[in-house]
Amino acid sequence: MSIMTWTYIIVGLTFAIYLSIAWASRVSDTKSFYVAGGGVPPLANGMATAADWMSAASFISMAGIISFSGYQGCMYLMGWTGGYVLLALLLAPYLRKFGKFTVPDFVGDRYYSDGARLVALICAIFVSMTYVAGQMRGVGIVFSRFLEVDVNTGVIVGMVIVFLYACLGGMKGITWTQVAQYVILILAFTIPAMAISMKVTGHFIPQLGFGSTIASGPDAGKYLLHALDQINTDLGFAAYTSAFGKGQKPMIDVFAITMCLMVGTAGLPHVIVRFYTVPSVRAARLSAGYALAFIALLYTTAPAVGAFARYNMVNTLNNVAFEQAPTWFKNWERTGLIGWMDKNNDGIIQYRSGKAFEGKPTFAAEPGPDGRKMLTNKPTSSANELYVDNDIMVLANPEIADLPAWVIALVAAGGLAAALSTASGLLLVVASSISHDLYYRIINRQATEKQQLLLGRVMIGVAVLVAGYFGINPPGFVAQVVALAFGLAASSFFPVILLGIFWKRANKYGAIAGMSTGIGFTMIYIIQTKFMGIAPWFMGISPEGIGSVGMVLNMAMTIAVSLATAPPPIEIQELVENVRIPRGAKEASGAH
Amino acid sequence: MDKSMQEYWRRNLRYMAILLTIWALAGYVFSIFLVQPLNAFQLGGFPLGFWFAQQGSIFIFVCLIFAYYYLMQKLDKEFDVHE
Repeated sequence: MSIMTWTYIIVGLTFAIYLSIAWASRVSDTKSFYVAGGGVPPLANGMATAADWMSAASFISMAGIISFSGYQGCMYLMGWTGGYVLLALLLAPYLRKFGKFTVPDFVGDRYYSDGARLVALICAIFVSMTYVAGQMRGVGIVFSRFLEVDVNTGVIVGMVIVFLYACLGGMKGITWTQVAQYVILILAFTIPAMAISMKVTGHFIPQLGFGSTIASGPDAGKYLLHALDQINTDLGFAAYTSAFGKGQKPMIDVFAITMCLMVGTAGLPHVIVRFYTVPSVRAARLSAGYALAFIALLYTTAPAVGAFARYNMVNTLNNVAFEQAPTWFKNWERTGLIGWMDKNNDGIIQYRSGKAFEGKPTFAAEPGPDGRKMLTNKPTSSANELYVDNDIMVLANPEIADLPAWVIALVAAGGLAAALSTASGLLLVVASSISHDLYYRIINRQATEKQQLLLGRVMIGVAVLVAGYFGINPPGFVAQVVALAFGLAASSFFPVILLGIFWKRANKYGAIAGMSTGIGFTMIYIIQTKFMGIAPWFMGISPEGIGSVGMVLNMAMTIAVSLATAPPPIEIQELVENVRIPRGAKEASGAH
Repeated sequence: MDKSMQEYWRRNLRYMAILLTIWALAGYVFSIFLVQPLNAFQLGGFPLGFWFAQQGSIFIFVCLIFAYYYLMQKLDKEFDVHE
């Protein structure tokens, strides 16, 4: 059977699974809709959290990004895992004991202020919408690459599927679908990874192959990482394992970005709400451990895949005549993810550091003499002739490793699972911010269960439509605003929740002043450096890492203003004492 | 908060302080600040600092969460605040 037939079968099968789960877990009360009834077992919540967390970017792009940035890829690896330690130790158990539906619920109640609640809900919507737009685009791209349909058709199919299961089952439907999606995405990632590890190093386990010797070819017997260091140096890049070499970020920046991603992770509302769905404080602690273990499975495999893929790519393409290039190169050239411009007309592919040409590849209508794709881009002065997109490192892996067609189809299903699972978790946060935090908690406290549930479902529909719109018409700034999402989560939610639990004296004035300072500083800095072309002026820290500074400013401001104003009322102080003790954790509830 | 609850909270904070120190050592000190000197040592085919940054720190993070879970389970029982 062809790759295409296999892809239709496997993708169709996974979609059928998601929809049957949705039908089996349809709900009829707000508690099931917002927090899956609070009865999700820790192991299942761990899987759901992992699928919720790992997006299309983790699945498709991360290994490629690491293979191009070498050591410095650790910012993403540690940044997107280390936050779970903060979450498990500092936030999740206490938020679970507090037992409401959303993050703005905690901020609003702990700081006895609808103003604080409003700031929190606007942040939650902004952060989640930013993210979800990228996910819908990811669904469209996976569809178009594997099934050769239009990107927009792919986005619409994705919208319909997410809408059906999120709307029917709310958080309950989303949770159980995410469990299935985790299984699919981790199989789709690890099977090709094991095969390529076997091919390059003769080790089955990628984490071990990463640190062992190359099995065959010119570098046989050398350690893989030593060979990569050598290759990078020869081609004019900084050595693969070198830390702060030429063209790389300085130490302070790597530190700030890692910290900002960690703290931002711990403050992202769609991750935090997952801990409201488990039955107890103990289960919240345990499921954070499972979640990180499931995430680590992919996150320790990805850097190995990045290294194997880079070695393979350079070895099979660099200084190779076009006629001898492997078939995967010609297959993927069609997609524009890889492109070769024979600048010196010698018919041989040369890969060096620097850009080969300006922008993404654009192909001329007529192919060249030997069937090669001709590029119309403006060449650069660099000796490099090869353009390689990050995503190809994962997408082309099964072909590079000569795996059967069904594995390629599984990778397509895995990419879709990663994108859909993240999108659904985010959409629920957007919907609940409006229907629960804004409508029920601020506008109409008398709303009946039925009204709330209906509004929740309508809001999921609205959020899907908005996300789909941005998926079809991606605003040019999506990549830029992702920095903003983490920066905002780090500089707003994390400090406010942390102080809310660990410092009884934190009051409403402190929280509002702190959140506005943290968000204000972070936003202005990102706008200045990303959109206005101003050079990073604070210790050279990139906009991606500035949330760390915003977080410190937020804390300092919250503490100073709280101390200068009256302490919070006695019942709030009792509430804080109460969340510190596990016993008596009631099931989550949206009412007082 | 009564006496025993204060003691419970103090012990919890101490566990956190210890585990978060290990977290910062693995994630920031070994993987970023000291990566260059550590790279002078090899762990199999890995330069040690590089291994911490791309593999070791992540394994350590997972262990820290499970360690906290077991410590707190014991502590909750000792102070009779478990669910």
